[in-house]
Amino acid sequence: MPGRLSVVDVERCVDCLLCAFACSRRFGEGGVARSAIAVRSVGGMERGFVVVVCRACSDPPCAAACPVGAIRKAGVGVRVDLEKCIGCGMCVQACPIGAVFWDEERGKPVICVHCGLCASFCPHGVLAFQEVAGG
Amino acid sequence: MDRGLARVLFVDLSRHRFWLEERPELFRDRLGGTGVGIELLHERCPKGVEPLAPENPIVFAVGPLTALFPLASKTVALFKSPHTGNLGESHCGGRSALAIRLAGYGAIVIQGRSELPVYLVITEAGVAFRDARALWGLSSSFTVGRIIREREGGAGLRTILRIGRAGENLVTYANVVAESYRHFGRLGLGAVLGSKNLKAVVIAGRGRIPVANRANYNRLYKELFDKAVGSELLKKYHDLGTPQNVRPLNAIGALPVRNLAAGRYVGEPPFTGEFLAERYLGRRLACAGCPVACIHLAALREPYPAEPYFYKTTFVSYDYEPIYSLGTMLGGEDPEGYLKLMDVVEHLGLDAMSCGVVLAWVTEAFQRGLVGERETGGLLPRWGHYPVYIEMVRRIAERQGEFYDLLAQGVDRAAQRYGGEEFALAFGGNEMAGYHTGPGAYLTLLSGARHSHLDSAGYSCDQQDLRAGRKRAPEELARTLFSEEARRQVLASLVICFFARGLYDLPTCGRCLSALGEPWDEEALLALGEDILRRKYEFKVREGFSLPALRIPKRISEIPTPLGPLTEGELRRGLAELERLLSPSQG
Ligand code: SF4
Ligand code: SF4
Ligand code: SF4
Ligand code: SF4
Repeated sequence: MPGRLSVVDVERCVDCLLCAFACSRRFGEGGVARSAIAVRSVGGMERGFVVVVCRACSDPPCAAACPVGAIRKAGVGVRVDLEKCIGCGMCVQACPIGAVFWDEERGKPVICVHCGLCASFCPHGVLAFQEVAGG
Repeated sequence: MDRGLARVLFVDLSRHRFWLEERPELFRDRLGGTGVGIELLHERCPKGVEPLAPENPIVFAVGPLTALFPLASKTVALFKSPHTGNLGESHCGGRSALAIRLAGYGAIVIQGRSELPVYLVITEAGVAFRDARALWGLSSSFTVGRIIREREGGAGLRTILRIGRAGENLVTYANVVAESYRHFGRLGLGAVLGSKNLKAVVIAGRGRIPVANRANYNRLYKELFDKAVGSELLKKYHDLGTPQNVRPLNAIGALPVRNLAAGRYVGEPPFTGEFLAERYLGRRLACAGCPVACIHLAALREPYPAEPYFYKTTFVSYDYEPIYSLGTMLGGEDPEGYLKLMDVVEHLGLDAMSCGVVLAWVTEAFQRGLVGERETGGLLPRWGHYPVYIEMVRRIAERQGEFYDLLAQGVDRAAQRYGGEEFALAFGGNEMAGYHTGPGAYLTLLSGARHSHLDSAGYSCDQQDLRAGRKRAPEELARTLFSEEARRQVLASLVICFFARGLYDLPTCGRCLSALGEPWDEEALLALGEDILRRKYEFKVREGFSLPALRIPKRISEIPTPLGPLTEGELRRGLAELERLLSPSQG
């Protein structure tokens, strides 16, 4: 069953970044170079955080912006065809919430595929992976 | 092994130059963190160097598990301490360790002195030297962080290490603040930065770390993560944080109150973890890579005096150790007073523990007439009176006049000048931690490489003995402490947070290293731990340290511990055994 990652209670976020590390472990590596999720403080740690990750737009601006049609809408969210992608970065500009990340090494975008791995490593109930009927 | 770990970045502040050295053997043989750091210190720190001279190096080091495993979240800093005159070592989390590793370095060594104030920006590309003249002299370490954050922008995982006024003015127990609420707290790293005209170090990285055995790695990560979140550890340090210790320590009479005139409050202490959480807890934070989130911030709401219905909310981090040093040691009764003092100490960039013990000594010395209003500049310290303490720490950070200038060098120096050594509560030159639990606690403070309660956790041995209703012979206690400190050298080399020591026993450490393609077994790790410890002791002795020459303040034998009264004789016996174990011939 396909699912959708969502940020359910950002007030509980402690900035541990375990979500971002989990996302990079999809590739069996450490660090956050290829993470599709990021946590930023909103004007100082004490004021709390925002979790930046793809919200699975129903009409995705990132896909519309891609000049070569490398981004297509999927059941939940979008998928990038890295073969087709020419690394122009238009999608990064287009996403209104900054959820298109950049793999510096390959010069290609990284967008959440809503696999849910990060949610299972968020210790404080900020993220949830919810099944989506039908996909 | 990931090749990035073996890269050591050298920075010369005198000439504004930097270069890289590849040190694969060093990291292969000594893992990283403290194991690598002590070798770099032996190499780079000239014998007998003045700690605030340009030649004293600052070594920052991370380890093979950094950014890869849960709770591998700390950076180790090594330097010659301006506070004790021998080994300076301090650990800090926040985002520091991950930023260093993801910028592609295993260690960073900073030497020299910049002619003008600077801050450094360290990335994969190397080092940029930025003018910090406008940041020098700012009254708050928080503001420094804010300005740099705005100015530097930048992607990736970033840490901002900075000093406050205390570091600029070379207070020997000035700290370095990371991410506003984390610290290289003890032994005066802040003064060493200050002496180099180095206001801050920004490190940002976003590299990836390849792993030898992906399947094993992912499985092991999950196992350790599940254990950590399912454990008592997480609950204890997440729910109330370290302040949960206040009640139990008070109950057994091991909580130092009023410069250790007593070991408990009569009735409920005013600063229990429970009370602070209920009344003030505003947010929890974690170091990057840590599921526990032990950092607790109190939200302090204060009215503006002249404007009705206007409030400002200040966030102040609270932990057991500062509650002890700035709260109970000062005979505090008022949590808000304590939080306000803590806030000022943070902004000035002082080690809260040393600071509290200094103020406690001042209060007692004043009561006994050893110092008077002439010395204090008209201030009248008395137990629990926070407005005076706040003014005093400001004068300490500015080193105002002879008296505050001496206080800025710790309680040993102050007592040498004014008397009252019997109640000057420092061990090996470092002010004591908040555990009057028994001989174990004091043997740790005396013999530990950093004179820190965390070196070998004698306070924990004492509490075990208390529960078991036994008392060990000093020699046996010394052997237990030695092996615990040796084991912790392994954790500090990997580098794992000490709160996770129950999670990472040596066989588990070995499995983690195997998944990374580094075969280490328990025996080899233990031997390495002992060797690192002896290398540290060697450094200390080289710089003039002597275990038998340590001063033991009388006060600790005047107030019985939960395990009964202490005698200097038993502590000396323990120290003699430790000296034997630490000598190179034992290795
Ligand atoms: S990447 Fe941004 S624009 Fe594209 S679907 Fe996700 S949220 Fe929408
Ligand atoms: S970077 Fe690739 S996916 Fe993004 S817009 Fe350009 S071609 Fe399309
Ligand atoms: S759902 Fe999967 S792809 Fe998306 S951020 Fe989480 S781990 Fe990464
Ligand atoms: S894992 Fe959860 S708590 Fe930790 S940073 Fe990510 S969202 Fe926040």
